[in-house]
Amino acid sequence: MTSAARSRTGLKRWRKDYFGSPGAALMTLFSLAALGAILWVLVDWGLIRATFGAEGNQETCAAGGGACWSVIAVRWRVILFGIYPFEEQWRAALACGTVALVILLSCIPRLWSFGRLALIWTLGTALFYALMRGGVLGLAPVNEQQWGGLPLTLFVFVATGVIGMPLAIGLALLRRSDYPVIARVSGWIIDTIRSLPLLSILFTCAIVLPFMLPGFLIGEKLYRVVFGAALFFAAYQAEIIRGGFQGIPSGQEEAAKALGLSYWQRMGRIVLPQAFRLALPATINQFVIAFMETSLIVVVGFMELLAAGNTAFKTGDWKFAYAEVYVFIAAIYFTFVFGLSRYGAYLEARMNTGHAKD
Amino acid sequence: MAGSTFWRSKSVRGIVLQGGFLALIAAVVIGATLTARDTLAAQGLTSGFGFLRKATGWEMNFSLLPTTTSDPYWWYLLMGLMNTLFMGLVGLTGASVLGLIVGLMRSGRNPAARLLGTLYIELFRNLPLILQLFFWYAMANALPAPRQSLEIGGALVNARGIYLPGLAIGPGTVALALLAVASGACLAVWVLAARRFRRMEPQGQRRLSLAALGAGLALAAVTVLAGHEPGTAWTSWPALAGLKVDGGFRIQPEVYALAIAIMTYGAAYVGEIVRGGFKAVGRGQMEAAAALGLSPWQVFSRVRMPLAFRAMLPILINQYVWLIKATTLGIAVGFSDFFMVIASSINHSGQTFEFIAILMGGFLLINFSLAAVLNRLNRAIALKGHQTTGVQ
Repeated sequence: MTSAARSRTGLKRWRKDYFGSPGAALMTLFSLAALGAILWVLVDWGLIRATFGAEGNQETCAAGGGACWSVIAVRWRVILFGIYPFEEQWRAALACGTVALVILLSCIPRLWSFGRLALIWTLGTALFYALMRGGVLGLAPVNEQQWGGLPLTLFVFVATGVIGMPLAIGLALLRRSDYPVIARVSGWIIDTIRSLPLLSILFTCAIVLPFMLPGFLIGEKLYRVVFGAALFFAAYQAEIIRGGFQGIPSGQEEAAKALGLSYWQRMGRIVLPQAFRLALPATINQFVIAFMETSLIVVVGFMELLAAGNTAFKTGDWKFAYAEVYVFIAAIYFTFVFGLSRYGAYLEARMNTGHAKD
Repeated sequence: MAGSTFWRSKSVRGIVLQGGFLALIAAVVIGATLTARDTLAAQGLTSGFGFLRKATGWEMNFSLLPTTTSDPYWWYLLMGLMNTLFMGLVGLTGASVLGLIVGLMRSGRNPAARLLGTLYIELFRNLPLILQLFFWYAMANALPAPRQSLEIGGALVNARGIYLPGLAIGPGTVALALLAVASGACLAVWVLAARRFRRMEPQGQRRLSLAALGAGLALAAVTVLAGHEPGTAWTSWPALAGLKVDGGFRIQPEVYALAIAIMTYGAAYVGEIVRGGFKAVGRGQMEAAAALGLSPWQVFSRVRMPLAFRAMLPILINQYVWLIKATTLGIAVGFSDFFMVIASSINHSGQTFEFIAILMGGFLLINFSLAAVLNRLNRAIALKGHQTTGVQ
């Protein structure tokens, strides 16, 4: 086929896809118009008529008629770090960097062994905690009640994963236990937690739990709320791991039993690694959801990224600039969530090709 | 080594382990209850459900039926539950319709439409729902003040809400009329689906079903006629009266912001499920239908859509349960759903544990009944074998 002929069939296919029938043509025109309108509004509002720089205020922005990015230039430290002491905010920034590094490192398949991952996450969490809390290495102590913005969001996310994952493995193992009472009761616990809204669990942990705990266990509200989030995460993740268990042929465990391996050897060496491999896409999806759900803690009174953004435009002369602040926060969430879900899709594709070769 | 053989006996170990597990859980529950009793006694609070008959003394800012501050707690709780169900119904319906459109765009052949669908899904699915809710709510509050209301086809839009023209009848009448329509519809579905009517002629069955639906509608019309005060106008149009708007049917910013947020966010997930459902239908099914001489629309509506629907329903059930739970976010903008009523009641009455128990019971009830109904539907329409993919 000559190149001219090929381009002619290409054109034909193109024409068939876009204008094959009156319906398709209408659809094309509508979609193109919608896409064009969205693009135009974004460029016109966000760039052409927008006001940049810290000097802008309500008058200059209104004169420009577009977005008022000045609010970000003036208030970005409030949005990112909340009420964390101003002079110490470099520590909060470093802590965010630590978390980002931990997450990046755990995306490298070479580091996927239980020991290495546990080491990375424990070290990362400890470093984050030392930087944020202070009181060691000559850093001034900063109370948890002053934490806010992005570091708080990341802390809740990381702590949810670090506490929730072992809890999830425990719950999943309990649910598939050979003892009927244990299996049944843990099944009830998982199903009950899953049918409650996360918000009600966070609320219970923040407000109700202090009534039920002896004094020495009550602790800071932040830790109770993190525990609630971890419990919710664990209930969902346990079901995902259970799905992984169901994909393993029963011969695997029987063979391990026949070889005389103990329960923990069977679980740790044969069953769990395969279950995690099967459940990996769903697990990453669950982490993405957990990251988005950290924003719910604003309801029980924490100054995380979203709440810090709310205060940034609700105080002072920036009341009109809500869209700019939300776009800025949305960009932060989107970068993280979209990156993680793309990575999940890449892993899934990689694993599928592995299967095809088998 | 008597001890060791005793421990190695499987049945003994089973009893000890399971007994220990139960004892641990019982210890946690009993310990928590005792501590809670001590704490409550120290604060001088009494437990029990007697408070349910007491007047609340605070206002609910949205309810389907009228509420006043002298209404008892049980009425407030019931209204909160109704608000949750109402928001769930609106959100699920909107999310399903919008999601079907997005999903169809994504699984069609038109690249421009596919791109638009993909953009929609990636944008709405990758941002936290509460962020989207705050955005819609801030947008609703940034609308002009009542005096500068925007007028769109008889409706007024301002920062206090959207004012639609409506029928001049009381909310109680509306509720009764809706109840009549809903019971008619349920009866109609029952006639179509129940085993009892299997033996009827299909045509007679359809006629009976339509009759049930018609009876519901007629009853609703009668209710509306009876509920209308004679001598007053039939319709009520919103109009500016000083600093506020009189007449019409007001939708508060909290209500429509939450409804928009749940619909658009839910639609992104439903869209992906719809696309997955269409992907699961084997090509052979459509080719066979086309070979039988069915028109493209018949292939879609009689073969592709029903098979795709069966493939997506199980995942859709989970998504619906999740979306119902998401209505609790209303508390962030002040929509009085079940959860917000519970939270305010705890603040005002201090009866923490009773309300938490009611909260858990309410959500378990909603979610299990929704899942039960949808699972029943799933079983009722399931096909034997692997007919979705066309592979036997």
